[in-house]
Formats: sequence, structure tokens, C-alpha cells
Amino acid sequence: MDYLLSLVIFFPSFGAIILGIFLRGENIESNKNAKLLSLVTTFATFIFSLFVIYNFNSDESGFQLVEEYEWLMGLTYKVGIDGISLPLVILTTITMPIVIISSWKIENKVKEYMICFLLLETLILGVFCSLDIVLFYLFFESGLIPMFLIIGIWGGNNRIYAAFKFFLYTLLGSILMLFAIIYMWTVSGTTDVPSLMSFNFNSSGFSLFGYSIKGGIQSLLWVAFFVSFAVKLPMWPFHTWLPDAHVQAPTGGSVVLAAILLKMGGYGFLRFSLPMFPDASILFQNFIFVISIIGIIYTSLVAMMQTDIKKLIAYSSVAHMGFVTLGIFSMNQQGIDGAIFQMISHGIISAALFLLVGVVYDRMHTREIKFYGGLVSRMPNYALFFIFFTMANVGLPGTSGFVGEFLALLGAFQVNKLASIIACFGIVLSACYALWLSRTVIFGTITNSRLLKITDLDGREKLFFFPLIVLTLVLGVLPFLILEISSNSVGLLVSNFVGNTE
Amino acid sequence: MNISDILILGPEILLIIYALMSILFASFFKHESSNHFIFNSTILMFLISALIIYLTPLEGESNIESIFIRDSFSKFFQVLILLSVSCLLFMSKKYLKKNDLFKFEYPILILFSTLGMMIMISSKNFLLLYLGLEIQSLSLYVISSFRRENLKSTEAGLKYFILGSLSSGLMLFGISLIYGSTGSINFELISSLITSKGFYPGIIAGLVFLISGFAFKASAVPFHMWTPDVYEGSPTPVTAFFATVPKIAAVAVLLRVLFDCFGPLLESWQQVIILISVLSMLLGSIAAIGQDNIKRLMAYSSIGHIGFVLIGIASGTDKGLSAVLIYIVLYVIMNIGVFVFILNMERNGVAVTSINSLNMYNEVSKGQTLFLTILLFSLAGIPPLAGFFGKFFIFNAAINAGLSWLAIIGGISSVIAAFYYLRIVYLMYFGMVSDPLNGKMPTSHWLILSGSAILMLIGIINLYGLEGPSFIVAKSLLN
Repeated sequence: MDYLLSLVIFFPSFGAIILGIFLRGENIESNKNAKLLSLVTTFATFIFSLFVIYNFNSDESGFQLVEEYEWLMGLTYKVGIDGISLPLVILTTITMPIVIISSWKIENKVKEYMICFLLLETLILGVFCSLDIVLFYLFFESGLIPMFLIIGIWGGNNRIYAAFKFFLYTLLGSILMLFAIIYMWTVSGTTDVPSLMSFNFNSSGFSLFGYSIKGGIQSLLWVAFFVSFAVKLPMWPFHTWLPDAHVQAPTGGSVVLAAILLKMGGYGFLRFSLPMFPDASILFQNFIFVISIIGIIYTSLVAMMQTDIKKLIAYSSVAHMGFVTLGIFSMNQQGIDGAIFQMISHGIISAALFLLVGVVYDRMHTREIKFYGGLVSRMPNYALFFIFFTMANVGLPGTSGFVGEFLALLGAFQVNKLASIIACFGIVLSACYALWLSRTVIFGTITNSRLLKITDLDGREKLFFFPLIVLTLVLGVLPFLILEISSNSVGLLVSNFVGNTE
Repeated sequence: MNISDILILGPEILLIIYALMSILFASFFKHESSNHFIFNSTILMFLISALIIYLTPLEGESNIESIFIRDSFSKFFQVLILLSVSCLLFMSKKYLKKNDLFKFEYPILILFSTLGMMIMISSKNFLLLYLGLEIQSLSLYVISSFRRENLKSTEAGLKYFILGSLSSGLMLFGISLIYGSTGSINFELISSLITSKGFYPGIIAGLVFLISGFAFKASAVPFHMWTPDVYEGSPTPVTAFFATVPKIAAVAVLLRVLFDCFGPLLESWQQVIILISVLSMLLGSIAAIGQDNIKRLMAYSSIGHIGFVLIGIASGTDKGLSAVLIYIVLYVIMNIGVFVFILNMERNGVAVTSINSLNMYNEVSKGQTLFLTILLFSLAGIPPLAGFFGKFFIFNAAINAGLSWLAIIGGISSVIAAFYYLRIVYLMYFGMVSDPLNGKMPTSHWLILSGSAILMLIGIINLYGLEGPSFIVAKSLLN
């Protein structure tokens, strides 16, 4: 079991290599083989990740299943997990088979499509597991290549603009982080994440070009990391790439983007910004609160005005990520627990919502809200799932959406009451757009004659919604399933944080 | 001078004798098959001398060490040059044959320029350095106008010749200023003189002229004007040659002069190098955006890459130098890969260089598109490809040397540069179907293309073990 984590990380790319080398031809059989092989690969990865849970000891708060090998110039290949990364790893391994099943109808360049997704899975798992900061950057940045190709090749009409915007925006965001990483390496002499967490970066202020910089070098490093994570997450006002990318990406791409890729930003804040730059984090706490709140309220309002279903969900994602940052920067146990829970829950719910959009898009090839209406009479099962997941998205008690938002707001309330109160209105606004959306799309009478022939969900589609529904309900009723895994590591994070800032 | 001193010069002597004999041979046997023979034997000669240089032991003092030295630095660069030149010569055969340029002069001219570069890199003395440089340049002027009847090719040759001789003149002027101030042309003597007596204004002036000359050879801004035109006008195999081998030599000789001879003046030349570096990176990334000709695009790309190399030089530390060495190796591998693709870009037997002709190239050949995509992402410096490590080492060295702002400019320009590399990827994968290219790529070329792409992929494991040797070489230069 020494190589378990590496096995989980690299197994998908192993499948991709087999696909790339051994699968020849482009006909129905080979396409089917490609889909089957990638399904088997992702499912096997999921099984391996269950072994990871089995071997994981939730009473320990440090890193577990650590593997460490020499690499270039004193860097190490070091991977390991703790309670913060494990839920995200599981989220990834659960989502990927669902993505593959949802892409069963793809007929254009199937082999390449599957290879891109399998490689992407390796890179995402690498981000969550790496314990060497340069290794982390490597995985973090590499994800751009497959995602660029996914949006660009299988995307919608305006895919080229979206692909370029996605790529260059996130590349610019993370290049600053690279310099911060190199600087940290120069100062501390190590790239090992646990040692960097205990390293004290200088936080005494200095003046630059006549401006005095509070928090000194720590603030600058914090800002460099912040820009990159804020772009990834995305936070208002760095979110503009997301709606474009979402709208143009194929369904599978949107699901991966919303469910997993966005979580890398939140994970980055938890793994790097808080433990490594505690003083700067305190300094910027109010700033984060302000832009989180603006993000929650503003993007909810924007979501209300959308005419495209996917864009609406994309904006709602930005709003929900606002709760995540609110929770993280409340810097107490409830807030951070809530943020982690919210990330997992949003991963599940947004994946389901994008899949739901994909279902009608596959049938009608449009995502215009106005086009639809009265789907309930033609697609009763679809209507049920749609209502269920929009309610979960709003955060109805009993669904997982509620727990995360509640905990995050509870954490924020202890630190900044006003922020938490304003953020609460975000939930009301999310109810507004979600109810409006379901009323327009699902209820009413069918006015569009083309909708008369639309068919309800088939077995395959029900198959990939089923686990998502179960997860949403189970996590909504039994939130301790995740909180038990994460709480010890979060406790350590918070106590270290308090210790470092005193 | 005894026999062991001559043995040090063995590879150079071998190449000269071979070159003269093959000229003689070719003038008697004017047959297509003798051209083949000369091509192949030249490649073989390059490989043999690379092997000899590789096996030459480092120790062994010789009397000509004050003029000519075979230290680990020159060994590294000479082996790199010889290997890449033999690869390039091998690649260019098909194109030359198709375009009626398959003449015996081509390998021999390449051989002479390579010889010049080898001498340049090994020289410890300005006179020998200048001689080597001129042997190299004269051959290059001729090769760039190798397609005599073509207007653009002759224009390229003429332009290169006029600007090149201007830069040689500048360099010679710089050397004479240095000689006038120090009374020596020997690197070590000059270096110790500067350490003991401080510097004279004449040395600084001479240094500036020298750097300008080298910047011209390396096509760094503001001495880059010739690059796009010469790249575009020359026959493609010649462009491939220009993009790689003379660049290696120019960087090597710049390193040699700056560190061996003017090491004590680090602070004076650092500013000049930084300025050139910033300008090259920015111009290289911005000016390439509007290009439609892939050869011009690669010209601007090479200008940008030289800018990155100069960051490493400017940092002036062993880390920076080893980063430069690694960067150069990766740059050469990537360029060989890209150019072997460009050599095969043709429609109905006519060579095409327009980027737009790559529209939906994925439909024509999946394998080639994939490999070229990997190479382009690597050129853009996106992880996990090896090109990223090149940039990473350079940035690391710069930040270690306290030049963070220079690294940040490099980072920004590499984001801008990513745009035009991505543009090619986008055309190949998601452009509109138009008149597709239909050139057939020979298996050997396909192997070179795939090989360089795979090297970029597996570089992540340990960078081919380059790191250790490059540090040793960097240390040997600094001491």
C-alpha cells in the first residue's frame, strides 16, 4: 500500500496512454471501446480511492499516506493527504465516471476526448495530493492544456474566444504564484509544504516607492497566491472567464469545471494562504469578506437576468463560491468546515445541474430559457430531478447545500456579523433565480411546438443522476460523513493559525 | 608546441582536412550520388568529432591553453552543436532535393560554419575568437542566399551580409579598444588586469561594442532587424539551421567572453544585458502575434527565447549559468522538432509557410498535430512539458540573484507569447476546413518530430540528467 496515492493519481493517465497507443481507427466499435475503457479506468480509480479512505485515519490531523522521492534540483515528488484534501479527492474520483457516462453520446473525436478527460483527472488529483509546492504548481497549471482543448474542440459556437480567454486569464493569474513560490523557496530553502507551513515568513512592514506595505513580504506573497486562486475559484471581480468557458464548453467539460476545477482555488486558500501567510490573511480578512459579499449579491442579481440556462448556473456557481471564501476567511472551525462541505456539496449539485442542462441541450440544441416551458408534462422524471437539484442549489434544509452554507455563515457570523447578515440575503436571491428558472423551464404549458416531441430521461441518464441524488440527500442528513474526515485537520489548521498570529 | 598540443585540436583538424578533401572529391565526381556521399559522410564526420570531443579528457595542461582550450564548457557546447547540426543536415536532404538545391556545397558550407563556431567557443583569445566568428559568418552569408535565382533568398543573404559585417566591424572596434586599454588580447590576462587595476573607460566602451556584436549574432533586440527577413527569405533548412546552431554558438561565446574575460566587471555589463533581455522578451512576444508566416513567427519566437537566456546570463551566478545551458538544450530540441514539421509543410509539392494553411491539420495527420501541439505548448512554457522547466530554472536563478522584477517581465511576456503558440494549436484543432496541406512526411522525419515531442514529455522525470552536468559546466566557467 506504499504506492496507493500515486496509483490513484496516475491510474487515469495510464488509461489515457493505453487509449492513445493501442486504440486505432475511428468507427463505432472503436469509439465504444474508448468510452468503455475510460469508464473502467475512472471507475477503477474510484475503487482505489475507496482504499484510500479505508487506509485513512481520521483521528490523525497531519498528512497521511505520504510518499516522497527525489526529483530535480532538490525538489521532491511528495504526495500525501489530510482531512482537507481527502474529500476533494473523493469528489474527483466520483465525478469522473459520471462525466464519462454523460459523454456517451459524443461522436466527434471520441478517443481524444476521453484522453483529455483522463489526463485531466490525473492532474486534478495531483493538485489535491501534492505536498511539494512546485509539484503542486506543476499539476495546477498543467490542467490548462486539456481544458483548453476540451473547450476548443468540443465546445459551442464561440468556443475559440472562450478557450483563449480561459487559458490566458488563468495563466496570467498563476504566473504570479510561480514567482511567489520561487521566492518562498529562496527564502526558506525548502519546497516541502509541511515545512513551509511552519516557516515564518517575514511580516514586518516596509515601504516601496513611498507606499508603506503592511504585513511586508507576507502580504505580497499572499496577494500573488490570492490572484491565482481568485481567478481559479473564481471570485468577483476575477470571474468573467467562467461564464464564457461554461457556456462554450461541452457538458462534460462544464461538469468538471464546476464540480472540481473551481475547488482548486478554495483548496489553495486552505492549503497555502491561511497556514503559510497567517498575518497577511488577517490583514486581508475584511477585504475578502467585502469582495465575497459583493460576489454573492452581484452575481446572484446577474444570474437573475440571464437568458441562457448554463450562464445562469455559472453565475450561481460564482455566488456559491462566495460562501466558500467567506467560510475560509472566517478562520474558525465552523467556517472552514463549512467551506469544505460547501465545496463538496456544490461539486455534486452543480455537476447535476450542468448535466440537467446537457440533457435538454442534447435534445433541442439550445439553452435559451425562453425556448423551454412546460417540460413537466413531457418529461416528468426530468422535472423531478430538476426541481430537486435547484432546491438543493438554493440550500434547502435536508439537502447538502444547506449544511455548507449554514456552517460557513455561522463561522463568518462569529467574526463579522454584518458580513454574515448581508451574505444571508444571497440565499434569498438564489431562491429567486432558481425558482424563476424552474417555473419558466419546467412548469407552465408548452407553447413551443418543437418541445412536443421531447423525450424523458432514458436509463443511462437516470444512471448518472442516481448517485448524485443519493449523495445530496445523504450528505444533507448525515453531514458528519465529511465533517468527521475534515474536522481534525481543520482543527490543526485553526490552532496553528491562532498560534502563529499571536 | 609538442604533439599533445596538436592532439587537442584533433576534431578541428579532422574536420578541416575532411572539408578540403571533399571539395576536391566533389569537383571530380559531379554526380548526384557523390552529393549523397558527401552529405552522409559529413554527418558521419560531425558525429565522429562529437564523439572525440566527448571522450577527450579534461586534464592535461598544454602550451596552447592560452589560446585554445577544451574545458568542460566548450565540450558541452561543441557536442551540442555537432549533434544538432548533424540532425539538421539529415533533415534538410528531402527539402533540398525537392527544391533543386541538393548540391555538395551545402554540407561543406555548413561544415565550415560549424568549424568556425567550434573554434569560437574554444578560443581564449580575441584574435582566435574573431577568426572563428568570421569563418562562421562568411559561410552563413553564402548559405542564406543558397537559392541563388530566388529574389527573397538573395535579399536575405545580402541583408545578412551587410548587417553582419557591420556587427563584425563593431566587434573588431571593441576588441581594439580593449587591446588599447589593456595591451592584451588574452582573456585571462585581461581579467587579471581588471581585477588588479580596476577598469579603464576604454574597456567599458570596448565591452559595449563587443556585446552589440554578439547581440547581433544572437539576434537580440535592438540588433534583431535582420532575423525575420533572413528567416523568411532563406530556404527552410537554412532557417532551421539559423534558428538553432548559430544561436548556441553566440550564447556560448557571449558567456565565455563575459565570464572568462570580464567576470570582474559583472556589475557594468549586467545592466546592458538586462536591457537587451527585457527588450528581446517583449518584442519577441508582441511582434509575433501579427505574423502569418510561420518562419517569421519562429524568428520572433527565437528573439523572445534569447531574451529568456539573457536573464540567466544577467543573474551572473552558477545557478543562472546552468539554467542557461539547460534552456539552450531544450530550445534546440524544440526548434528541431518544429522545423522538421515546417520542412514538410507543402501543398501539391510546393512548400507553404502560411500559418493559415494549417487549418484543421488534425484531419490530415493526427500524430503530427499532436506532436507539434506538445512542442508548441513546450515552447510556450506550459507545465508539465520540459519547456516549463527551462523557464522555471531561469526565473529561479533571477529571483535568487535579486532580479525578481526581471523575472516578472519574463513571466508576463511568456503569457503574451503563449497566445501565438496557442493560435497555431487552435488552427490545427479547431479551425475551419480549407485547402489542406498534403505533404508526405518521411518516416525518419516523423521519428525526429515524435522524438523531440516525447523528449519534452519525459523531461519532467529528471530533465535527462542534465542538471548535474550543467552545474559542473557552469562552475567551471565561473572559476
